[in-house]
Amino acid sequence: MSEVRKGYVRPIDFKRGLVDMSHGSGGRAMAQLIDELFLEAFDNEWLREMNDQARVPVPAGRLVVATDSHVVSPLFFPGGDIGCLSVHGTVNDVAMAGARPLYLTSGFILEEGFPLADLRRIVESMAAAAREAGVPIVTGDTKVVEKGKGDGVFINTTGVGVVPEGVEVSGDRARPGDAILVSGTMGDHGVAIMSLRENLSFETTIRSDTAALHGLVAAMVGAVPSVHCLRDPTRGGLATTLNEIARQSRCGMRLEETAIPVRPEVAAACELLGLDPLYCANEGKLIAICAAQDASALLGAMRGHPLGRDAAKIGEVVEDPHHFVQMRTGFGGSRMVDWLAGEQLPRIC
Amino acid sequence: MKYVDEFRDGTLARAIAARIAKAVDPGRTYHFMEFCGGHTHAISRYGVQDLLPGNVVMVHGPGCPVCVLPIGRIDMAIELATRADGDRPVTLCTYADTMRVPASNGMSLMKAKAKGADIRMVYSAADALRIARDEPGREVVFFAIGFETTTPPTALVVREAAALGLPNFTVFCNHVLTPAAISHILESPEVRSLGTVVIDGFVGPAHVSTIIGSQPYEYFAEEYRKPVVIAGFEPLDVLQAIEMLVRQVNEGRAEVENEFSRAVTREGNARAKALVADVFELRRDFEWRGLGRVPYSALRLKEAYATFDAERRFPMSEKSVPDNKACECGAILRGVKKPTDCKVFGTVCTPETPIGSCMVSSEGACAAHYTYGRYRSAA
Repeated sequence: MSEVRKGYVRPIDFKRGLVDMSHGSGGRAMAQLIDELFLEAFDNEWLREMNDQARVPVPAGRLVVATDSHVVSPLFFPGGDIGCLSVHGTVNDVAMAGARPLYLTSGFILEEGFPLADLRRIVESMAAAAREAGVPIVTGDTKVVEKGKGDGVFINTTGVGVVPEGVEVSGDRARPGDAILVSGTMGDHGVAIMSLRENLSFETTIRSDTAALHGLVAAMVGAVPSVHCLRDPTRGGLATTLNEIARQSRCGMRLEETAIPVRPEVAAACELLGLDPLYCANEGKLIAICAAQDASALLGAMRGHPLGRDAAKIGEVVEDPHHFVQMRTGFGGSRMVDWLAGEQLPRIC
Repeated sequence: MKYVDEFRDGTLARAIAARIAKAVDPGRTYHFMEFCGGHTHAISRYGVQDLLPGNVVMVHGPGCPVCVLPIGRIDMAIELATRADGDRPVTLCTYADTMRVPASNGMSLMKAKAKGADIRMVYSAADALRIARDEPGREVVFFAIGFETTTPPTALVVREAAALGLPNFTVFCNHVLTPAAISHILESPEVRSLGTVVIDGFVGPAHVSTIIGSQPYEYFAEEYRKPVVIAGFEPLDVLQAIEMLVRQVNEGRAEVENEFSRAVTREGNARAKALVADVFELRRDFEWRGLGRVPYSALRLKEAYATFDAERRFPMSEKSVPDNKACECGAILRGVKKPTDCKVFGTVCTPETPIGSCMVSSEGACAAHYTYGRYRSAA
């Protein structure tokens, strides 16, 4: 007869196990999942306190808060997965205020029946991304919904950070004459995701550009503290993001098509699918707008950082009562670069 | 990108533009209709008109398959997708462009989908066939639309379904024919007697012509004395075709010329034509948005393939539904009006909330002008 060991808890089967309703019930199964998975992976002094909230020290200055929910499909894609994406997405939203991100929170919505092996892979990727970014995940929440009521896993993350003194970055600060810069090639994430969609799969070497941009932002703000606007062109791509800024700042924009960096393989995939790379999502690129006289210093700072190597000046801000974004085409004509109409591709992030 | 960038080269474009500027007679205006939505899109997207002299005017034609689909046919598709009386639930497979076309009673395929109908976007007819094979419990209907370019793939899947003896696959056929539409425009009172639409020549279809060849256009050149230059969908193709049209007009010629010789022959694609002839037959007439009922302008499945014809398998009745009164899509598709002549253009009718079909498809004249060119009319 086998001996029953006192206090023994059978470890979670991360090889073959599945998420079940008890993992979100608030009982022992949930506590065990938190202990063996989340705490283990995200481990930090605040999380270890095991409270329903985190009490964290905050440096002086203005606090920045951003939140982002991630529903990307498929969950794993070339160059990343929903885990690291959920860290990068929110870190970037905080960083686009010119801020230094400090802490993250994470909320998981799991679907009953989701493989625990996949969940562990996602959580570990998230932990690695947070560690690499130097931004700890200090509190979190887990819920489970019945099978068919979710799609594997959804992750919400919220981030807080502080803006250094003297930095005033906002989407309404673009002024006529300003230079428009981008940190690298456009459309990589969108096309990488698209290449995996069930009715569309094609062979490609394109990888998502998902990355945390706060290091790049710190270098940029260090070189040009007076930078006017920063924004990461995620859903809707470069085109939609520039239209947002044009509307906020009540100005127009003029772009040079030939100056916009696009990988040849991304251009080719878009050509095949009838898409426009300017509308494809990015997860590791930013747009910067600054006074014309600061453009070369800012561009230099961007190119000096590994995530800004392919940075380029792509156009300028102009006066325009209609707030149109226009572009001189490589062909020699001109056209508008309008808001994205409808949906180019759903659930990209 | 090889084989693409060459056809968008700015230096070459300037050279052709300079030749056109030199060739045009300043004492007259040249009106050319680009039949295809693909050309309309290229002209707007690359700003081709910026390279043309002021007296070369491009008139948009009806060659956008989504635009010419009348409301009644969309209503029929929605009815099919939402029918609940059959043994098997229906899955309607459609190209993405048709999803947002406004139908009757404020409906669209997109809205029907949101209400629970199983409507799926596919990239090819073969995807629809695959769904039928994978899901034998569902009645899979392929909403087939388009000109001669998309017809052979539909024919192919019908033949494959027949070979497999698939009991749950049908095609709702809306394939239409280019030459019939061109004849209809040339016969219209606006062109023939009223003189409200001037057409000095046609930029002929690109992809359609790879299938049907250049031969079918010879009739228009001979009978109506209209030059036709078949052109590819790249901006340099269009620019070069315009130069060729200007020269024909200047020299008083009316011929079919082929700028798109890298893909189009006089005879076209014999195998594709044979495939289409095997599966389809002419309809006596068919309703087009804007053009009304056009004789012998569309296809339906032959009797031998009747079991794969959704219109024969399901109780469907042909409907004719008038367009929204404020919408000028009809006149725009005939070349009688420009998008900016429409009262609702850019106000209540936008790509987000389209009133008419020309604002839905990226090949539609209104969507092209709204998306790429509306700064011109705003200035």
